[in-house]
Amino acid sequence: MQMLQPRQYYFAPALLLLAIGLGVLPLLWFSVAQGGRPNFDAHIWRILGFTLLQASLSTLISIVLAIPVARALVRQQLSGLGLLRMVFAIPLSLPVIVAVLGIATIYGNSGLLGGVLPIYGLSGIMLAHVFFNLPLAARLLADALENVPPESHRLAAQLNFNDWQVWRHVDWPVLRPLLPRLAALVFLLCAASFVIVLTLGGPSATTLEVAIYHALRLDFDVSRALTLSMVQVALSALLVWGAGRLAYASPLLPTFRQTGERLDGKRGATKLLDFTALGIAACIVLPPLVAVVVAGIMQVQITWALLQALATSMTLGCASSLIVLSLAWPLAQLQNRGGKAGLLSQFCGIAGLIIPPAVMATGWFLAVRTLNGGPWLAAFLVICLNALMALPFVMTTLAPAVMRSHAMHDKLCLSFGIGGWDRFRTIDFPVLRPVIGQALLMGFVLSLGDLTAITLLGNGGLVTLPSLVAQQMGNYRSAAAGGTALLLAALCFSLTFWAHRLGERR
Amino acid sequence: MIEISNGLYQLADFKLTIDIKISSNSITAVLGPSGAGKSTLLNIISGFEGLKQGQLLIDGKSVTDLRPHERPLTAVFQDNNCFAHLSAWQNVALGIQPSLRLTTMQSALVESALQRVELLALGDRLPGEMSGGERQRIGLARALVRQQSIILLDEAFAALGPALRRSLLNLTRELQKEQQLLVLMVTHQPEDAKLVADHVVFIDEGVVRSPVTTAKFFEATDDAVSSYLGDVT
Repeated sequence: MQMLQPRQYYFAPALLLLAIGLGVLPLLWFSVAQGGRPNFDAHIWRILGFTLLQASLSTLISIVLAIPVARALVRQQLSGLGLLRMVFAIPLSLPVIVAVLGIATIYGNSGLLGGVLPIYGLSGIMLAHVFFNLPLAARLLADALENVPPESHRLAAQLNFNDWQVWRHVDWPVLRPLLPRLAALVFLLCAASFVIVLTLGGPSATTLEVAIYHALRLDFDVSRALTLSMVQVALSALLVWGAGRLAYASPLLPTFRQTGERLDGKRGATKLLDFTALGIAACIVLPPLVAVVVAGIMQVQITWALLQALATSMTLGCASSLIVLSLAWPLAQLQNRGGKAGLLSQFCGIAGLIIPPAVMATGWFLAVRTLNGGPWLAAFLVICLNALMALPFVMTTLAPAVMRSHAMHDKLCLSFGIGGWDRFRTIDFPVLRPVIGQALLMGFVLSLGDLTAITLLGNGGLVTLPSLVAQQMGNYRSAAAGGTALLLAALCFSLTFWAHRLGERR
Repeated sequence: MIEISNGLYQLADFKLTIDIKISSNSITAVLGPSGAGKSTLLNIISGFEGLKQGQLLIDGKSVTDLRPHERPLTAVFQDNNCFAHLSAWQNVALGIQPSLRLTTMQSALVESALQRVELLALGDRLPGEMSGGERQRIGLARALVRQQSIILLDEAFAALGPALRRSLLNLTRELQKEQQLLVLMVTHQPEDAKLVADHVVFIDEGVVRSPVTTAKFFEATDDAVSSYLGDVT
């Protein structure tokens, strides 16, 4: 297989391993130099306990609700449901700080639902996590349910299955293998969430990720940060292992889908169940979204600060998405080869999920501390961290498509000797252009909405749209924050919508 | 007897007019080019898709508005006839009782059906552990336990090799004679029709033609039919 020229692709894992090394090694070195050793005191176990508690509760609520919501979405036909599906897709692309603003606006003291539940602490963190993860879980489960062969539903109709029997024989067997991995994924996202806990948590409601940040940036206690990081890395690694290859579980070749609507879901009791589930989900997802729109719609003021933040965000986003793509493409090629190269590439692809951004940022921060790089260095590190965090998500889009393209074209290309650049230009690029566009847009949107990297690595000089929102919220300029947040959300949503359209053209 | 009078099916640009009578106690094959609407015809009769206008009668009674399980027939598909998490025995038992709680009599019925399709020894196996031909025989056994007079085969044996396909067609013929069934089978292999069918329904250019005897069909006096058959005759 000389024509595949795999060697050139190894620069991507090499760069990633270098970045990871630069993140982890300085932390170890400093810890040793300071004479510190891991110190698992009661405080750390308490933080771990809270991390696990909030993540378990958020995961449980998200998934238990997502199951009936997913069933309702696939089997009910009502004109308004298309709109609801779109609304449920919004949180998937919404910057975290915007959702936090929405939740604070509606459930805060002066909000429409002020006092319904305390938003600072466990309940607020859970609300925000369910807001993001319920739609995510419902969408993944609905995708799985839509892949049930139409014959199964015809059989169910012919054999007169009741709602319970459809669940037991048709839906449950499809969902069951998915649930552990989905739960692990949601748990991972909740356990590692940074911005939500930083903004909605408090002294007693702190997770490992935020505690690492506090230990390093406020107390500069490296050995404590190291201890916390070890616990966090162990937890994330366990969860990533559990989440497995969730995204690659779909069959390699697209199955031919007949246009058959589901024949169940017409009984009264079923409809009641379905619309109750949809109603509850709507009550969780809709209010913060409405609050963002209402609070922001009259407040978008084009100021110099806003334009500067916009330009900064766009620049960082472009750079980050280009880096993500130039890493993801070779990783996907290596993954397709399988074997050791594939495993290495898989590890590098999800490293951003295993090694907490707070740890990476700290290591880099320590490594470059002596260089006098100024704002350019900070910007460069923010770009790199954003790329690293976006990589796992971009890989889930790109890798299966690249593997499909290989499965479809490898034999033909081999038999006609089409390889290297010729193959990329005439075969892979035209076929995968929409996916490449999607990957770029995903990397861009994730970077655009991100507050984690800029909080961890930024110095005051670098202001992006999300950090401008956070600043304005912190200074009690809630009107201005609302305007900025709405602009940011609109930008992210329209780019995601574009990416979605590209995906449909595939 | 299955009777569709003044039937019209429409999905976007695709139209199918149907005016046919299919006689009881016989095997009728449905032939026609790809995309002509062979499977659609079976879906209409099974109740998975509806007619835009017209009446569907089975043994003289209108079933147009009945739901799939209320119609006196059983369909066997090309794939996915089995639920992958249930054993062969359970898959057949679903035909009697979706709750899978069977009386002794009903269990005996399941076993005799499995015996009839030569699967009794494999009753505990999951569909994933069986061959394609064995999985299709589960579909046939389930049709048998439902004790209805009509079986619809939607390219049920199309994915099987020639020898296996012939043996299942012969089994179908035997079952049809024993139980005096009406079997309506969609196939894209004219020789299937030659082997077992009494009549042929030909679908072309949006029209379902009335059944003719198999011998007459293969004389191919019609241009559309002879261009469909090509050199096969």
